[in-house]
Amino acid sequence: MTQNDMMTKLMELDFISLDLGLFLNTHPDNNEAIDTYNQVITAADALRLKYEEKYGPLCSFRSYATNTEQWQWMDTPWPWQKDANVSFAGKECI
Amino acid sequence: MWIYEKKLEFPISIKKPDARLAKIMLEQYGGPDGELGASLRYLSQKFTMVTPEAKATLNDIATEEFAHSEMMATIFHQLTQGLTKDDIINSGLDAYYVNHGLGVYPVSAAGVPFSAAAFQSKGDPITDLYEDLAAEQKARTTYEYLIDLTDDPDVLAPLRFLREREVVHFQRFGEALDIARDYLNQQHYFFMNKYDCND
Repeated sequence: MTQNDMMTKLMELDFISLDLGLFLNTHPDNNEAIDTYNQVITAADALRLKYEEKYGPLCSFRSYATNTEQWQWMDTPWPWQKDANVSFAGKECI
Repeated sequence: MWIYEKKLEFPISIKKPDARLAKIMLEQYGGPDGELGASLRYLSQKFTMVTPEAKATLNDIATEEFAHSEMMATIFHQLTQGLTKDDIINSGLDAYYVNHGLGVYPVSAAGVPFSAAAFQSKGDPITDLYEDLAAEQKARTTYEYLIDLTDDPDVLAPLRFLREREVVHFQRFGEALDIARDYLNQQHYFFMNKYDCND
């Protein structure tokens, strides 16, 4: 998987958990949604860890510094740069 | 407290600079029904909201709207990379350019600076939730107008995503309104009241 593929997959998983979280706020006793939510969080956590080990920190103060010689936070691309993203042209839901 | 994560909620990668599109995209960044106003509206209203469900809904949708502000600013930023002098003049972005260059500044498409006057926080849960429902519909309509005027598929993808989020948020606010209304309609006992108003 390329860096962009990994990032896109992480966005996908995080989006599912975000959307399920909103749903659960108004349906707090929906067991099926809670189960799915937990599964998605677990998968996203594993992928986030893999991404960060390979490419550097994603969170401003909750990511491990994997390199103690050099602070890496500002080295990885910023999300508003176009080369840090893929285009979803034609792949979005209509 | 918020945690910044170095990624967008939905990927944006625009190849073709377009000054006209950049100018109109500002509407959903700093305009009256834009993302910045949406997040500040819900962030302000949450403090006087009733029921855990409605409080969580306001708090979490406000948080998502902040991520949407970043997306709209990203669309503007990427659309302005590589513009020529002629592009800026012919598109009408020149009036914005003389004040802000290609910096990102929260204004509407017509150049009106962002204002809190476009939203309310009334301290009344029912009033606020009705405003929120209207706000989501106004934002959905604006995205549809933006989509009408957009041909670039790289820009359409995030716009369609954001339009869909307005529909989902409308649904969640509707559920929160039902929950808040049921709660307020319940019989309340005020044991600490010194006087009974009906005496």
